[in-house]
Amino acid sequence: MRALVVDDSKTMRMILKQILESLNYEVIEAEQGLEALEKLQGVELPELALVDWNMPVMKGIDLVRALRNDEHYAGMRIMMVTTETEMEQVRTALVEGADEYVMKPFTREMILEKLEILGLNPS
Amino acid sequence: MSIAQDDFDYLRTLVRQRSAIVLETGKEYLVESRLAPLAREVGVEGISGLVMLLRTDPRGQISNKVVDAMTTNETSFFRDLNPFDALRLKVIPDLIAARGKDRMLNLWCGAASSGQEPYTIAMTLREHFPQLNEWRIRFLATDISKEMLRRSRAGIYSQLEVNRGLPAKYLVKYFEQKGAEWQVRKDLRDMIEFSELNLAQPLPPMPKLDIVFLRNVLIYFDLATKRDILARVRGALHPEGYLFLGGSETTLNVDDQFRREACEKTFVYRPIRK
Ligand SMILES: C[S@@+](CC[C@H](N)C(=O)[O-])C[C@H]1O[C@@H](n2cnc3c(N)ncnc32)[C@H](O)[C@@H]1O
Ligand SMILES: [Mg+2]
Repeated sequence: MRALVVDDSKTMRMILKQILESLNYEVIEAEQGLEALEKLQGVELPELALVDWNMPVMKGIDLVRALRNDEHYAGMRIMMVTTETEMEQVRTALVEGADEYVMKPFTREMILEKLEILGLNPS
Repeated sequence: MSIAQDDFDYLRTLVRQRSAIVLETGKEYLVESRLAPLAREVGVEGISGLVMLLRTDPRGQISNKVVDAMTTNETSFFRDLNPFDALRLKVIPDLIAARGKDRMLNLWCGAASSGQEPYTIAMTLREHFPQLNEWRIRFLATDISKEMLRRSRAGIYSQLEVNRGLPAKYLVKYFEQKGAEWQVRKDLRDMIEFSELNLAQPLPPMPKLDIVFLRNVLIYFDLATKRDILARVRGALHPEGYLFLGGSETTLNVDDQFRREACEKTFVYRPIRK
C-alpha cells in the first residue's frame, strides 16, 4: 500500500511516516500541495493521502479540491490532519471531498482508528 | 507511599460488595493512583486516612466516590467498529422485519461509561434507518458511576475524545461546537434515557429487550457474578433479541443458555430457544 503525506512540518511528516510504515505503507512526502501534485506524477497512485491544512504555496484544502477535480485521483482516500478545529472547517473539508478529518494533536491510536473507518488499516 | 495490606483489603471488600468489581492482589498501585486524588479532595491524610473515614461511615457519600473512582471508564465512539457494522448490516434490518407489526424497539446499554457507546448506537439508527423515526424506540443507557452518568447526559466531549473513532461526517452532523468542546445535539441526547443501574443487583422491570450492549464490563467480575448477570440479561432479553459483548468476553463456559452467532465480523449472543 502507498500513502502520500503532505505537511510543511518535517517532524509531523516523520511522525506520520513512522505510523504508516509500521503498517507497511510506502510513503511519499511533500511539504505543500503543489509539491504533492508534482510528486504524484508518474508514480503508482497511493491509496491514501494525509493532508495538513496550513502550508505555504498551496494549502491543504486547495490540494483536496485539486485532487477531487481530477478523475484520476478518485480512488484515493483523503484524510486531513490539521490544527484547524472549527466545525466550519471540518464541514468545508468534507464538502471539498476529504473522506476523514483528524485534529492535531493526535495519537497513533487515533490515526489507526480513522484508517479502520476508511477500511485502510491492513493490520 | 505504599498502601497498607489492611487498608487494601478493606477497600477491595468494599468495592466488591458494592459493585462486584474484583481487585486482585497486585492491583494495589491501581487503588493508590485512583484514590490518592480523592483523599486529597476530601482533605484526609492519604489512603489510610480515607479508610479511617470509611470505617466510621461505610455507606456515606465518600464510599460512593470510592466505588466510582475504582471503575475503569475507558471507551470511545465506534469502539471496535465491527459490532456497529453488525448492527447496521444485519441486526437492525432483521429486527425491522421482525417487529414491523408493533413498530417498537427496546435497547439497553448496560455499561455506558461516558456515553460514547449509546451515542454511537443512536447515530447508527439515525443515519441508516430513518424509517425508525416513526417507531417507538425505548433506549436505556445505564452505568454504576454517577460521574459517568453526568457526563453521558451532558454529552460533551473533548477534542481528543471526538478524534477517537468518530467519523468526521458524524461529528459535523450530530454535534455542536461548544468552545473547545463538542456536544451531542439535543435531539440525539433526547433519544436516550440515562440512569443509574448496578449490574451486581437484580434488574429493574424492563420491557423485553431487542438489543443489549454489555461490552467490556464482565471482565471486571468473577465467574459467579458473570453467571448471575448473564442469567438476568437472558431473562430480560426478547427470545429473538441480541446481546453484544466486548471482544474479550463470551458466554461460552459461563452461561450455556446462550448461543453464539457469527454476525458480519463479530459475534452476537442469543438465547437458546426452548
Ligand atoms: C470499560 S467501561 C466500558 C464502556 C463501554 N461499554 C465500552 O465498551 O466502551 C466499563 C464501565 O462499566 C461500569 N461498571 C463497572 N461495574 C459496574 C456495575 N457493577 N454495574 C454497572 N456498571 C458497572 C463502569 O463504571 C464503566 O463505566
Ligand atoms: Mg502546517
